[in-house]
Amino acid sequence: MRRTARDAEASARRVTRRALILAGAQAGVLGALALRLRHLQVEEADRFRVLADENRIALRLLPPARGLVYDRRGTILADNEQNYRVVIVREDAGDVAAVLARLQTLIGLDDEAVERARREIARRSPFVPIAVAERLAWEDVARVAANAPALPGVFPEVGLSRHYPLGADTAHVVGYVGPVSEADLARLEDPDPLLQIPRFQIGKVGVEARMEDTLRGSAGSRRIEVNAVGRVIRELDRREGVPGADVQLSLDARLQNYVQARLGAESAAAVVMDVASGDLLAIASAPGYDPNLFVRGISVADYRGLTDNDHRPLATKTVQGAYPPGSTFKMVTALAALEAGVVRPDETVRCPGHVEVAGSRFHCWRGGGHGAVALVRSLTESCDVYYYELAQRTGIERIHAMAGRLGLGQRFDLPLSAISEGLNPSRDWKRARHGQEWRIGDTINAAIGQGYVLASPLQLAVMTARLASGRAVVPRLVRAVNGVEQAPAPAPPLGLDPGHLREIRRALYNVCQSERGTAWSSRIDAAEMRMAGKTGTSQVRNITAAERARGVLGNDQLPWNRRDHALFVAFAPHEAPRIAVAVVVEHGGGGSTAAAPIARDIVLQALYEGTPPVSAYPASQRNRIETQQRELAPRLMPPPGPGASRA
Amino acid sequence: MSFLEYTVKTVPTGVAKVLHLNWALVVLLSSVAGVGFLMLYSVAGGDLSRWAEPQMKRFALGLAVMIAFGFTPIWFWRNVAGLASGVALLLLVAVPLVGTVGMGAQRWIDLGFVRLQPSELMKVTLVMLLAAYYDWLDTDKVSRPFWVLLPALLTLVPAGFVLTQPDLGTALLLALGGGLVMVAAGVHWLYFASVIAAGAGLVTLVFASRGTPWQLLMDYQFRRIDTFLNPDLDPLGAGYHISQAKIALGSGGWTGKGFMQGTQSRLNFLPEKHTDFIFTTLAEEFGFVGAFSLLALYALVIAFCLASAINTRDRFSQLLIVGIAGTFFFYFAVNMAMVMGLAPVVGVPLPLVSYGGSAMLVLLAGFGMVQSAHVHRPRNRA
Repeated sequence: MRRTARDAEASARRVTRRALILAGAQAGVLGALALRLRHLQVEEADRFRVLADENRIALRLLPPARGLVYDRRGTILADNEQNYRVVIVREDAGDVAAVLARLQTLIGLDDEAVERARREIARRSPFVPIAVAERLAWEDVARVAANAPALPGVFPEVGLSRHYPLGADTAHVVGYVGPVSEADLARLEDPDPLLQIPRFQIGKVGVEARMEDTLRGSAGSRRIEVNAVGRVIRELDRREGVPGADVQLSLDARLQNYVQARLGAESAAAVVMDVASGDLLAIASAPGYDPNLFVRGISVADYRGLTDNDHRPLATKTVQGAYPPGSTFKMVTALAALEAGVVRPDETVRCPGHVEVAGSRFHCWRGGGHGAVALVRSLTESCDVYYYELAQRTGIERIHAMAGRLGLGQRFDLPLSAISEGLNPSRDWKRARHGQEWRIGDTINAAIGQGYVLASPLQLAVMTARLASGRAVVPRLVRAVNGVEQAPAPAPPLGLDPGHLREIRRALYNVCQSERGTAWSSRIDAAEMRMAGKTGTSQVRNITAAERARGVLGNDQLPWNRRDHALFVAFAPHEAPRIAVAVVVEHGGGGSTAAAPIARDIVLQALYEGTPPVSAYPASQRNRIETQQRELAPRLMPPPGPGASRA
Repeated sequence: MSFLEYTVKTVPTGVAKVLHLNWALVVLLSSVAGVGFLMLYSVAGGDLSRWAEPQMKRFALGLAVMIAFGFTPIWFWRNVAGLASGVALLLLVAVPLVGTVGMGAQRWIDLGFVRLQPSELMKVTLVMLLAAYYDWLDTDKVSRPFWVLLPALLTLVPAGFVLTQPDLGTALLLALGGGLVMVAAGVHWLYFASVIAAGAGLVTLVFASRGTPWQLLMDYQFRRIDTFLNPDLDPLGAGYHISQAKIALGSGGWTGKGFMQGTQSRLNFLPEKHTDFIFTTLAEEFGFVGAFSLLALYALVIAFCLASAINTRDRFSQLLIVGIAGTFFFYFAVNMAMVMGLAPVVGVPLPLVSYGGSAMLVLLAGFGMVQSAHVHRPRNRA
């Protein structure tokens, strides 16, 4: 509208005034914005800078190289092998299906692997490398590299994976590694972040598991810049991890290999121990299994084959197995009685073949009896009635105490899985366990290593080493960690009467070297290599009076799993003992026929540090031994050449 | 004073108008746009052709439009104000019929050479319309209820249409722009006080409506309000944008991480880094110094407009300039408040800096009219 000049001027002044007020308000808002900007960018800058770095910088762990495991001579028992694999990156591959098909024909992948890779590729971000095939032969890797133009987005990679050069021979000792499971993570209170790395492997069994912390090492790290979707933009810095410590075991790989080979397909266990230091030279459990199968991821069929086998290849029978020691326990009863003074070494006990105690009849293994028997003969010919008498004189408490001193019922601290305590029974134990009073019959059964008594092959070896040395030798498996020698545990004297020990050792020598000895057929001809030992045959079933009346069935007539266990313990050489050996053959029949020959072969192998000359054996057996040695030879490690060892 | 006076007082004619353009404003606007080019180049990772180059072309076009508009006499703009508003309103209504859905809302009409956002156009035409209205209206009637209700309706009707698109940010800017012209025109304070009171009531109502069948806002808008009030509530979800924006801003510190060194934007942690959140990249790479400089540039634009408004005695020109400057102010103030976590994320670009065509063209056209008012201000014969 038209305004007068005065109106117009008034209106303009009013608009100007309002505009200035608005400008003031706007300036206020601008001031507030500036203050906010200052607050965020100046006062809180440090906090936000940290947040920005947290955003962009991701820490990736670098798995350290796992420590190696050596034997006492430096032979590698577990090492890290280069593992060639092929990965595919989706965004570089373009047509994933076509590339996978080409790769499949090139290196012969099975459909299952391709399907697994396809699923993984679909699930992950396009820039994440997915492993298509692992453990490829070098030729396959070369073929992939040569055909690179036809395989966009496919790259060969090299990683480390665990390998056990001796395979089944050391499986029960060294164990194996496998991928971290949910159960592993749940078990640990504060799991190492390394365990979160996909496909990271940790020890599952044996030394690998029990010395995991030593072998694993500590993670290195790589600081990388990532964008909002996690793609790696560049590496900022890198800190290498500390490799795991190398572990040297007390094992002698060649002896271990021999023992494992000698046990063969039997369900058996053998322990060879250094009498002075307690070093375990061999701990073999048969049948074995290939630990390398587990590292690769064992197939269901292979695994079922191992679990369904009635010889239990997966069990470490040397320490997990608990067997009635049978007559190998008689030294315990004898020493307990001698130390208690209830019997003199030359005192005789009459054996008519059986005795009646508290209304029950207890039989000697020889139905006709041994006649008048003193200590040495009782061991040499393994008279049971002698020990029935000693048991009544000595009482279970003294026997229990002596068994404990000799290492039975003890769990030795070795880096092996599921070590059994065995069973060294006493009155208190029976009351607590079964709520029953101890009866005299229990003592009589215990005196010959039957009834409640259970011992592992390791414990029997320790017992033998202690009898041989008179000292409380403790078994040792780890000799050195990262080159630092581990001090052997002190072996204080047992405090037993040397005269008594001498008598026992003399008796054990007679077991092997006297014609009436139960192990006469396993005697040794070479004078300086002769062993002293004791047979044991432990029943796994009760013989009823009716059966006995009909005539006890021989082991050959029984199904395998009802036959007796065969045991033999020995030390050698008998005059200056260096090694102690325990052999258990599950359901092997008699100790003298099934276990003693194995023990003798092991003793000779250990003392000669290699295949013994046949002249060490009795002349009548040399042909048979020669055949046996020839058959075993292909299964054995070659003797160490110059420079092959590494200490 | 009205156009009658123009006939008795001289105004520049012909090419001489070039000399009388508000060149300071041109330089300031170009500087702001220059900051935009720099940042668009940076967020594209050093790629000129991705965003910076189209933006430059559009700015050149916009500059030409501004000068053309500046050469056009101011009374022409007053006379076409009604027509322009009508066209803008028609386009706005047409959007739901022919519009293209972009970013989850129907906001565009594709004209072939440019995707026009009628709501952007509306911001400028509304200011023109209200300025013309108050120029026409007897100054004595300005505060009479009927004459207050009329411009209020002229503002709220288009704002309502925009709200249904739904575009809360633009609707808010429209209402604020209209209100600002009304304040400048001299409407009595009590009206605004009661509107603010009613607004507070409305907010309460809106919140009360949540979860009921007559819910007034979309769920995503409610969530934006929630996360605005407490962004830490959901730093990886709905609050992600604002948390990352604050991290980018804050980590810039005093002098910033350096040109093209902003990790937040370069590594894609920032959302909408070339449009609504471009200020955070500037603040990250050039720090407080850079961010404050842009703020100062904006303040200078407002200051020069204000000076121009005070210098002219023509009521339409004054209200137009104050209205355009105010709309510009609301743009950047709401955007900055938004990325600094002072206001909800409502989707308002940073004027002349954010990548985008129609907002820039419309704003420069608006500034063209400011130039026209400046060039054609009544002068005494010297």
